Amino acid sequence: MAATQEEIVAGLAEIVNEIAGIPAEDVKPEKSFTDDLDVDSLSMVEVVVAAEERFDVKIPDDDVKNLKTVRDATEYILKHQG
Amino acid sequence: MNATNRTVVVTGIGATTPLGGDSASTWEGLVAGRSGVRLLEEEWAQDLPVRMAARVAVEPTESIPRPQARKLDRSAQFALVAAREAWADAGFTARAGEDASVNPDRLGAIVASGIGGVTTLLGQYDTLLEKGFRRVSPHTVPMLMPNGPAANVGLEVNARAGVHTPVSACASGSEAVGYGIEMVRTGRADVVIAGGTEAALHPLPIAAFANMMAMSKNNEDPQGASRPFDVSRDGFVMGEGSGLIVLESEEHARRRGARVYAEAVGQGISADSHDIVQPEPSGNGIAHALQNLTSDTTLVPAEIAHINAHATSTPQGDLAEIRALRKVFGDDVDHMAVSATKSMTGHLLGGAGGVETVATLLALHHRTAPPTINIDELDPEADADIVRGEARELPATGRIAALNDSFGFGGHNMVLAFRTV
Repeated sequence: MAATQEEIVAGLAEIVNEIAGIPAEDVKPEKSFTDDLDVDSLSMVEVVVAAEERFDVKIPDDDVKNLKTVRDATEYILKHQG
Repeated sequence: MNATNRTVVVTGIGATTPLGGDSASTWEGLVAGRSGVRLLEEEWAQDLPVRMAARVAVEPTESIPRPQARKLDRSAQFALVAAREAWADAGFTARAGEDASVNPDRLGAIVASGIGGVTTLLGQYDTLLEKGFRRVSPHTVPMLMPNGPAANVGLEVNARAGVHTPVSACASGSEAVGYGIEMVRTGRADVVIAGGTEAALHPLPIAAFANMMAMSKNNEDPQGASRPFDVSRDGFVMGEGSGLIVLESEEHARRRGARVYAEAVGQGISADSHDIVQPEPSGNGIAHALQNLTSDTTLVPAEIAHINAHATSTPQGDLAEIRALRKVFGDDVDHMAVSATKSMTGHLLGGAGGVETVATLLALHHRTAPPTINIDELDPEADADIVRGEARELPATGRIAALNDSFGFGGHNMVLAFRTV
């Protein structure tokens, strides 16, 4: 069962909260992982791996650099989820 | 600015140990003769030949927020806790540069570990086997590298004159302090934060040390298991934690009006070149370090009032150290109050030299030698004035000096000397 856009944003918020300690309610689509959410380059790898597991999606390393904002990640997952 | 033989002083102290989450509570525990050793309750410990250890009294995650803590190996967490205390204790109010009294380009950080991020390495290997390579944390490398604690402390205080990690097993922490003293003495830095850290309470290191018959197996009496200089000693008890100090040129400390604990007089270094793990039994290797200490520094044996012995509670090592002291200092040993604080803290491996430097400095500061606990029957060959059972007052007036001995597998011998000012 594919996740909805809202479910993906909420899931990413939980993941970011777990990894960077940012309150889940502050994780909004327009936020940048690195500039707004304290997710450094290594922690971004953790976010990606957690998102892959949660949403049954593969995010190749080459695509990770295009995921600047929560919206970028949400749209990527919507399009590629299994 | 760059003199070659500057006087070095200690202006800050920090620690997190099995006796307390800071240096004050650690000192209180040491003077009270409290043991920090406990039975290990963890399931993984139940089948090991050694089921006790000295865990830190306060978990570092009580003061380090989770998002930061999860990127730090436990050894780096300890170092960060000790660094924050030492830095504030030295009177600095912010990172170097933001606190204008210290220039980041003239600040160094030297933090040693004997083993490095061993719990990270082994934990991530478990993850690799159980969940596959994709789940191995991207933070693994900066967490397991032995210079991780030094680098993180350097980042914390903004050290740009150099960040270093000497590794010499159980002498590592003292080697770091010695390196720091040299860095200030020779003018490479005005201020250095230095010491050691270790977090190796994991079944593999415990099994490995136990199998080389270096550890006490006295699981029936954990608090009595670490018993340096007692006739029935049967090995060390592993501890964890960190101790760091702030070293500073006397001129720099005076200029900013810092409180001075003691002068860092210098160090004596040698190597046994005898055996990879056994100490040279006659004490000649250690004696060589003590001779270098007195010939390379202004230290006079007559002023030494206290020695924080390396004394890990192994049958051979404890006596080699005493033989060396007698060999070099002769009758002067009789006025040196010798304390083995590992009887209370356990053996912190690469953290030991840092924590015992803190203990040595506080002994000078309070003019009190902490006790060696658990000596029911003193080894007759331990021919020195060993402080047994209860703490003892050191001479209340006059200039006194104290030594911190640290020796490591590989034959590394380090002796540090401090003196009241």
